[in-house]
Amino acid sequence: MSFDPVPFWVSFQLGLWTTLLLFPFSLLLAWGLARTKAKWLTWVEPIFSLPLVVSPTVLGFYLLIFLSPSHPLGHFLLTTWGLRMVFSFPGMVFASCIAGLPFFLAPLRAAFTALPDSLWEASATLGKGKLETLVRVILPNVKPSLLAGCVSTFSHTLGEFGVVLMVGGSIPGVTKVVSIAIFEQVEALNFSGAQIYSLVLVVLGYMGVYLVNRAGRKKTP
Amino acid sequence: MIHFAFTKTLTTSDQVSTIPRFQLEVEFVLRRGIFLGVSGASGAGKSTLLRLLAGLSQADSGFMLCDQEVWFDSSRRLHRSPQKRSLGFVFQDLAIFPHWTAKKNLLYAQNNPERAQDLLKLMKLDQHADSFPHQLSGGQKQRIALARALMRQPELLLLDEPFSALDEELRNELGTELRQLQNRLGFSVVMVTHSRQEISNWCDETLFLDQGKFHSAI
Repeated sequence: MSFDPVPFWVSFQLGLWTTLLLFPFSLLLAWGLARTKAKWLTWVEPIFSLPLVVSPTVLGFYLLIFLSPSHPLGHFLLTTWGLRMVFSFPGMVFASCIAGLPFFLAPLRAAFTALPDSLWEASATLGKGKLETLVRVILPNVKPSLLAGCVSTFSHTLGEFGVVLMVGGSIPGVTKVVSIAIFEQVEALNFSGAQIYSLVLVVLGYMGVYLVNRAGRKKTP
Repeated sequence: MIHFAFTKTLTTSDQVSTIPRFQLEVEFVLRRGIFLGVSGASGAGKSTLLRLLAGLSQADSGFMLCDQEVWFDSSRRLHRSPQKRSLGFVFQDLAIFPHWTAKKNLLYAQNNPERAQDLLKLMKLDQHADSFPHQLSGGQKQRIALARALMRQPELLLLDEPFSALDEELRNELGTELRQLQNRLGFSVVMVTHSRQEISNWCDETLFLDQGKFHSAI
């Protein structure tokens, strides 16, 4: 039985990059969505949840098309910044960010919506600007949701299969992540190899949920 | 002296439409150091008036002057943000920051530990300076909100039913303290209340707001 730990390392890097990139983006987006009362929001907001309902293969397929050098977007990224997105790690990170966005956005959006407007307003009447209010008042009060967003996104990315396979392929040491390694082990009828990869993912998933639940149970402060 | 005149259409909105209810149309000259009580039925526009005075909402038209400073002038499209107005606001839900102790809530307004200590003592909260809001009673939280609003020594203090959760004894005690403090520091107060007792005990002037219009003193 051969066990190759490299796919774990690739998955870990992918999860880390995805979480780090989605952190500021989801934070600002969730804040904006929660603070906007405009009616057009009911039309726009479902776009951010699409990755939850659209098949990862479909999502991966469209990303593969748009990011390929023959498409204007892929061509632009390649010629302007030298970023080859298909079958590369950066492309896989981008695809993973799209697929993982709802997992980060949902808990934050709910937390921002649940906070009373009067916290913002009280801070304003105390002379504080929006950024200071966000950093010193709002973020500490959405800490459990931030943690939930980080853990959910990271865990989901570790188990991501369809999107990363479509965009990244399965290049050993570059884009071959654990879920693809499991698939290949099963395909080769090496069930014991698949067992080890799977067991580690289950344990990591359990730890993630445990952390989120613990943070949720912890009273403020 | 604070002189304001506001016109604003108050609306009710649901998911589908926004329906105008009535027009708030008020003008008043609030002399320095005056304690003004504003009373009226629920939905009469009392809280909206406080929000306009604080700059948290904008009137459709009108103006607001605080001494020589223009805080709002619709004709010149001038709106001074709440951050730049010298005011304190005690919200109906208090809006105490739950992740900080009583003292830290005050220090957020202004990093002046001596003043925070004085105000906590005045509000009889010095024993609870290091307590978090969830460890305090409703009355204690109201006093934190009041102390926090006074930290920056505002020209204008806006109170949205500030004593509703207090028992009568504490309410009278705190009201008297607030009046004494106001006499000493000279700030003006606009207090929204339903309590006739609060009006008769502390207010120099009283206005009754009905369907967006001021009526004579009650």
